[in-house]
Amino acid sequence: MSTSTTLRMKARMESFRPLTEAVLECARGLHFPPGRLGELELVLEEVIVNVIHYAYPAGAEGEIEVACGPAGEEGLRISVLDAGIPFNPLEKGDPDLDAPLEDRTVGGLGIYLVRKLANEVHYRREEGKNVLTLVVNRNPPPA
Amino acid sequence: MDVKMRKENGVTVVSPVGRIDTVTAPEFEKVLTGLIGEGETRLVLDLQAVDYISSAGLRCILAAAKMLKPKNGALAFAALQGPVKEVISISGFASLFKIFDTPEEACRQV
Repeated sequence: MSTSTTLRMKARMESFRPLTEAVLECARGLHFPPGRLGELELVLEEVIVNVIHYAYPAGAEGEIEVACGPAGEEGLRISVLDAGIPFNPLEKGDPDLDAPLEDRTVGGLGIYLVRKLANEVHYRREEGKNVLTLVVNRNPPPA
Repeated sequence: MDVKMRKENGVTVVSPVGRIDTVTAPEFEKVLTGLIGEGETRLVLDLQAVDYISSAGLRCILAAAKMLKPKNGALAFAALQGPVKEVISISGFASLFKIFDTPEEACRQV
């Protein structure tokens, strides 16, 4: 079972499952417990689908690269790269979780879940690419 | 995605099976908007058989709740399982919706 992988695919919905599965395979290789695998899967869906939906203008064909490998003894480092519109998802403030129904939106909730469930999330713009780096440990961060 | 539905004393219990993710959420949203379009205003989402929900799933439930609001409708959750309970809690949905241990209890109180 491989614990280090890089996969580059077209930024389309067909790529979502294979990209997610490649990282989950790494995590299984590192003996992540089932509950944490589920949380990792959610983190992956939120960041990968975000790139597929929003990184490139409609009609433009772009790529997404997902890489993963061990991070220390405890976890997995995951990088998600795209050459799309510069976008730092971490700049957005936390969603208002106390707003009444009429004012509630799900915008920003995906990345909020990522920040709560991943142990580390970093963004940088490098050589024309958005690079989101996550560390997901075998154990979740303290609440 | 399989979705079971039954009606109890004017309340529609919607029981999806499996995952509510980016791929299946549009289908689930169609089920919910379909029911509301048919005039159902009291919905219980029985998530006993759902082991995964992402923000895409939350989005379609929020959309359904917003449709119900002007109809004086109500939407409640029942039988949340571990990972789903966690996501619902982190998302602050507990302050928007009533959450019950069983669909039966939800039907009595929604």
